[in-house]
Amino acid sequence: MDNAADYYEDRLVLAFTVCSIVWALFGMAAGLYAAAELVWPRLNFGVPELSFGRLRTVHTNAVLFGFGVSALMATSIYSVQRTCHTRLFAPEFAWYVFIGWQLTIFFGIAGIALGATGGKEYAEMEWPYDVLITVVWVAYAVVFFGTIATRKIHAIYISNWFYGAFIIVVAMLHIVNNLAVPVDLFKSYSLYAGAQDAIVQWWYGHNAVGFLLTGGFLGMMYYFLPKQAERPIWSYRLSVVAFWAFTYSYIWAGPHHLHFNSIPEWVQSLAMVMSLVLLAPSWATMINGIMTVAGAWRRLREDPALKFIVLALAFYGLATFEGPMMAIRSVNIISHFTEWTIGHVHSGALGWNALITYGTFYFLIPRMCGCDLYSVRWANWHFYLALAGTMLYILSMWGAGVTQGLLLLSLDEYGIVKYSFTDVMVAMRPYYQLRLIGGALFFAGTLLMGLNLYRTIEAGELVRVRPPRPGTGGVLAGASA
Amino acid sequence: MNLLALHKRIERHTGLLIFGILLVSSIGGLVQIVPSLFESSLSTPGAGVTPYTPLALVGRDIYIREGCAVCHSQQVRPLVAEVRRYGQHSHADEFVYDRPFLWGSKRTGPDLHRLGGKYSDEWHRLHLIDPRSVVPESIMPAYPWLAERQASSDELIRSKLSALQWLGHPYTDRQIYAAPKDVRGKSELDALIAYLQVLGTRVEP
Repeated sequence: MDNAADYYEDRLVLAFTVCSIVWALFGMAAGLYAAAELVWPRLNFGVPELSFGRLRTVHTNAVLFGFGVSALMATSIYSVQRTCHTRLFAPEFAWYVFIGWQLTIFFGIAGIALGATGGKEYAEMEWPYDVLITVVWVAYAVVFFGTIATRKIHAIYISNWFYGAFIIVVAMLHIVNNLAVPVDLFKSYSLYAGAQDAIVQWWYGHNAVGFLLTGGFLGMMYYFLPKQAERPIWSYRLSVVAFWAFTYSYIWAGPHHLHFNSIPEWVQSLAMVMSLVLLAPSWATMINGIMTVAGAWRRLREDPALKFIVLALAFYGLATFEGPMMAIRSVNIISHFTEWTIGHVHSGALGWNALITYGTFYFLIPRMCGCDLYSVRWANWHFYLALAGTMLYILSMWGAGVTQGLLLLSLDEYGIVKYSFTDVMVAMRPYYQLRLIGGALFFAGTLLMGLNLYRTIEAGELVRVRPPRPGTGGVLAGASA
Repeated sequence: MNLLALHKRIERHTGLLIFGILLVSSIGGLVQIVPSLFESSLSTPGAGVTPYTPLALVGRDIYIREGCAVCHSQQVRPLVAEVRRYGQHSHADEFVYDRPFLWGSKRTGPDLHRLGGKYSDEWHRLHLIDPRSVVPESIMPAYPWLAERQASSDELIRSKLSALQWLGHPYTDRQIYAAPKDVRGKSELDALIAYLQVLGTRVEP
């Protein structure tokens, strides 16, 4: 007899993957349009929903919570079943997580476009959405940890630790930062005020980056990189040490977003020191990843998916080096409030998060659909579009940021500011144009991937995979501690 | 204690793993946030710092809704160039009635913390309706719809002040009752300008 309960719950993975790609296209299109508005401000057209202030927020929420989180949910659900040799815990419940998440994010973003905004960066959705997000997130945690608790092998594989930290810490941050007193359905006032609100917000803001965009995606790396390279993790012990060091030290770094702002100086100094400490676990993980691929370099020529993941690791190393440097107070004087910050974010978001997700999708979709990728040629084109787009984006924003930072701080021989703000803003124009081109290239690549994967899904049929029988192959490659 | 043996246990126990992550990840936040929440210098208003008038409060909420903070910071850092450009540097005791804080993280446009009183209401009106009519190089979006919308309903402004009163802002019941008088007949544009004009002025120069 053929019983659905004998197989891994993979239809859900496919559903999350497809939504993730749709969100990527929507979110990046919004970002691209916002970038165009900075070059041609008339594109705002006097339409509230299109105006830059709202559209930029739509962009960040769509790529973070739509694209990023959907990708993490897809890959965590795929890998947790396989690393635990068991079917997903409460699969029907997991479908509610899927529907709940997609609808909440959709209406939350629509709310932002229509003006329901809390005003704290990356936590803009108003309180009813925050409540819904909390409910869905707890359900997701139950499904994920329930699967681990019912696993058929002894050890909990390292990728699950990172996904687990992502789920737990994001829940903690989300709840604490969004505490507010409602006024009506679409307006609330933060429980914290002024400087205290700032400290709580950047504890959230920084660690949302830390545990969502870093921790979660490292979970993705620890499962999909060894799979694709067909080699075990270089050092399992290093990954364990780096995990705890990462989980402990990341959380301290938030106030580096508030250097020279109106918060106590000891908080700033502490955050700066801990940001520098953070370099160690970040690079330990990167080295672990790179050494895992070492020896499988030959596969880079044949496998477009692996190429994306290795390039993503390089950008991960770059961004996690740049971050601590920008957290040094004397560097931060120049970089703070400038385009450099935008460049830094995108070296992580495009170079690391998007590329590793693309690599994973190129691996996942053909495997799940039981057929070859529709076009390897397109995937290779996508690789160069993504690389060129990312480089153009971050180089233009570095140039813009350093220019902006230095010009705004320069004084003439009488101690008077040398350039008016308008002068500096005008100087940004060529950089904004370059950034627009970079973003367009990146978007074009994503579109090509969407088409490629759509054709692949269309041609194949979902492969049903059974968990291994207990007692056979119970030890994972690399996990035999 | 043998760390490796301990770790072997965590590695095989879902509950221990969850607990370990919670424990390790909460230390940093506790050390930085808890003392800050009890630090009275961060929550005591400076001399001359008063809660927002109903109209300015409505204006502030419009500022939040339109995402002005995406491009404009409200935080003058204690650096010579910034003080020369914008005015006195910002102090924590000026922000105790700001929920949420709006310091921002990026200056696509200039800092606005010391904006109050620098330009006339009329300049702001022209600038918000069509920025390029007063600053030809500006890349700011135009906000024509603000002039067409009523600032706030009576009911909404009362519930806003009540919520803030509950949070400890010193509004009296009488002030809350009388709040609609301040906003009636005003447009969103009037409210926003009222807010922009008090920015950073509530402190001794």
